[in-house]
Amino acid sequence: MGKYPLWKYLLISVVVLVGGLYAVPNIYGEDPAIQVSSTRSTKIDVGTLDRVKGVLDRAQLKFGSAKVDETGLLVRFTDTETQIKAQDLIRETMGPGYVVALNLAPATPDWMKSVHALPMYLGLDLRGGVHFLMEVDMNAAISQSLERYKGDFRTMLREKKVRYLDIAIGGNAADGTGFIKLQFGSPQDRDQAKDIIRKEFGSLVLKDDADDKGAYLTALMSPSEQAETRKFAIQQNITTLRNRVNELGVAEPVIQQQGVDRIVVQLPGVQDTARAKEILGATATLEFRMVDEEHGAQAALNGVVPPGAKLYRERNGDPVLLKNQVMLTGDYIVDAKSGIDAQSGGSKVDISLDSKGGRLFENATKENVGKLMGVVFIETKTESKTIDGQLVKTKRKVEEVINVARIREQLGRRFQVTGLDSSKEARDFALLLRAGALAAPIDIVEERTVGPSLGAENILKGFNSTLLGFCLIAVFMTIYYLMFGFISVIALAINLLLLIAVLSIMQATLTLPGMAGIALTVGMAIDSNVLVFERIREELRAGMAPAQAITAGYERAWATIFDSNITIFIAGFSLFLLGSGPVRGFAVVLCIGILTSMFSAIMVSRALVQVVYGGKRLTKLAIG
Amino acid sequence: MELFKIKKDIPFMSYGKVTTMISAVTFVLAVVFLVTKGLNFGVDFTGGTVLEVSYQQAADLGKVRETLEAAGLKDASAQAFGTSRDVLIRLPVRKGSDAAHVSDEVLHALRTKDPGVEMRRVEFVGPQVGGEMVNAGGLALLLLAGGIMLYLTIRFDWRFAVAAIIANMHDVVIILGFFAFFQWEFSLTVLAAVLAVLGYSVNESVVVFDRIRENFRRMRKASVHEVIDNAITRTMSRTIMTHTMTETMVLAMLLLGGDVLFYFALALTIGILFGIYSSVLVASPIVMWLGISREHMIVPPKEGEDSKPVEEQG
Repeated sequence: MGKYPLWKYLLISVVVLVGGLYAVPNIYGEDPAIQVSSTRSTKIDVGTLDRVKGVLDRAQLKFGSAKVDETGLLVRFTDTETQIKAQDLIRETMGPGYVVALNLAPATPDWMKSVHALPMYLGLDLRGGVHFLMEVDMNAAISQSLERYKGDFRTMLREKKVRYLDIAIGGNAADGTGFIKLQFGSPQDRDQAKDIIRKEFGSLVLKDDADDKGAYLTALMSPSEQAETRKFAIQQNITTLRNRVNELGVAEPVIQQQGVDRIVVQLPGVQDTARAKEILGATATLEFRMVDEEHGAQAALNGVVPPGAKLYRERNGDPVLLKNQVMLTGDYIVDAKSGIDAQSGGSKVDISLDSKGGRLFENATKENVGKLMGVVFIETKTESKTIDGQLVKTKRKVEEVINVARIREQLGRRFQVTGLDSSKEARDFALLLRAGALAAPIDIVEERTVGPSLGAENILKGFNSTLLGFCLIAVFMTIYYLMFGFISVIALAINLLLLIAVLSIMQATLTLPGMAGIALTVGMAIDSNVLVFERIREELRAGMAPAQAITAGYERAWATIFDSNITIFIAGFSLFLLGSGPVRGFAVVLCIGILTSMFSAIMVSRALVQVVYGGKRLTKLAIG
Repeated sequence: MELFKIKKDIPFMSYGKVTTMISAVTFVLAVVFLVTKGLNFGVDFTGGTVLEVSYQQAADLGKVRETLEAAGLKDASAQAFGTSRDVLIRLPVRKGSDAAHVSDEVLHALRTKDPGVEMRRVEFVGPQVGGEMVNAGGLALLLLAGGIMLYLTIRFDWRFAVAAIIANMHDVVIILGFFAFFQWEFSLTVLAAVLAVLGYSVNESVVVFDRIRENFRRMRKASVHEVIDNAITRTMSRTIMTHTMTETMVLAMLLLGGDVLFYFALALTIGILFGIYSSVLVASPIVMWLGISREHMIVPPKEGEDSKPVEEQG
């Protein structure tokens, strides 16, 4: 029988070994763990590690290992009871500057982790958790902008004593054709108004019109301004969602933009969806207050709060004392953008107020040049509690100072905040300002939640059905095709191994349909082998010598295998484009499965046949 | 061991008209069911809320329904599901921005009545998303059909492409017909199964076509009729074996895969069984009637008796 090239043997061996290495991590289980991560300006270092260890030791809570890596601090436990006790304890100790989350950490040995050999990433339907798809109401964002402009026009024209007959919003905000129409008694009034508006709002597109009823002015937001508003609407929502998700204490949350106006939020391990929705659905507002520089914030921490002031915390946890009087609220803000300060090269945020706000702020800052001012970000959440069997909804406020800056000069309609640490900080600050002042409404349009018990069950069911199917196929193939059948079973096992290895390397999300896909791939992969064996049998029956029959069988079948597998691949590809979430997992598995089964059926099975029959004089083949 | 030692070619093509007629009848029946009964679309397509809850003892559906009504959720439906402790609760789409909170209301009402109730799964699909899924599903089907036709035209001949799509779309419609008749839930996962079936079914046809092409080259004196008969007879063994293997795996899924995969596996089963029929006994007659001949299958310069399979244009 012809020799099978050595390089092919080597290739197969290498592929199988590497596949084995990357598939094996899936056997290791997971440890209940606590993950401590920092937010904004807090840091995780050796000091934090010692602190946590100390706290756990004193409480006599046994832990497996505690390590610091790029995601933060991870402490492993042996059971979930200890894990939960530890979470409360560590949360108390570390304070609000840190996120302390429950986590199931894979128990993969370190040497495997160092070569990126990790178990497959389990989807929410196998892990348990919450998946939300949220849609930003873009049209409302644009409509609100138009309303702000309308209000501003009114104020400005009144101030400058330009008479107008009517201001109305028309058109359709939804498809970008919204506009503000002003009606004047005479063209002179209209032109005056036009000049005033153009001076203040250079970005608006202004159009003249006239008929027998009077002169008109139409103001439109330019397409680029609308596009920017929409873009910000999503970004500011993503920023606020990220912050809010931290409060839930979730490890590995996913918050991503999907498409033009949607955001995906995935919270593994969360079960209380009502609470998650409440936290995510909070509304935000802003307040500008002066810092009480006469009294120390430290003293206030000990309980001595001077009259006329209130204690707040900054984002990094530092206390700051702000006066009770509110200098400005978010309602007056019409724009906030981050950028680079031309003079200093540092990051800044430009804030624009409407004319009312401008005047207010002028007065407010006149007296306070040189003093510190803080910006408070207020989130109002609805909390539902069951009291005496009744559902009681209370509103709870969470307040945080997001910026403290010194007033350099009397400020007005437009001002800048400089001295920010980085462009990221500037960007976040601008987005938070927008979230508090220019909120774009957001709605949940899809939710998929799976409880942990169902998640574990799903894994078990998927696994069992694949196992049963595999065993049955193995038995049948061996009975029907004898030795060749046995060889095909080994090739099938290698196929499965490679499939799992590739999925693990890609860290593709494994879902329940994905597991079904694995099972289906195994069921379909056997086809390639059947094709070859039937062909070999045919050639034998036609009188061909055994050794040649084998060669002929593999050669002839190759084209057919390729053609037939391609069609399934096309099916997988179309499903990938269509599907979202679980179905996509199925499509990915199907596509990869085709590739691994082609490899194992052609190369691996052939090599094994060669090993068994090669170099011998063949008179009969055990192929049934 | 060999189950299919068939010495003589079975004259399948003589029965071509009959087999296709049977196929057409079942197709029409399926369409009738689809139109009259319609598919029982799952929440993925219609929008709405589905909850799966589990009690610690056998669930009392009557009490559950009462609790839901008392909470003002009159359009909720509760049914037994899986084990006797599981209850599946459905609510249709509610307009308005609080649609996402329906599930919370349901859970709260149930928990107040019995704190031991466990939430197993919640699915809420807003009206916007549901409609999109229907479109996306149809699009995927078209994309798949188009991709397959293109590939088959390149590898074989346009006649094969047309025949394959007609025969295998027939399978898809049959599956949908079954789902319409029995009103089984048609979810996104089932749609995935249907698309997988289409791919798998065409796979079948391709194996036969491949053999037909080879026969045209080898059997120089045979008529089209004989060539196709031979092709089908020779591949019969492989067809039955492969389908049995795949069905074994799908059966394992039916039995052990749990509720979520049940209808998925069911769709696959129907597809696999009918697939044998259509790919073999419907696709081939159509190819014949479309006028396939030896000339289409052989490119003049590369014509040859060599035993190596030549990979080129049909």
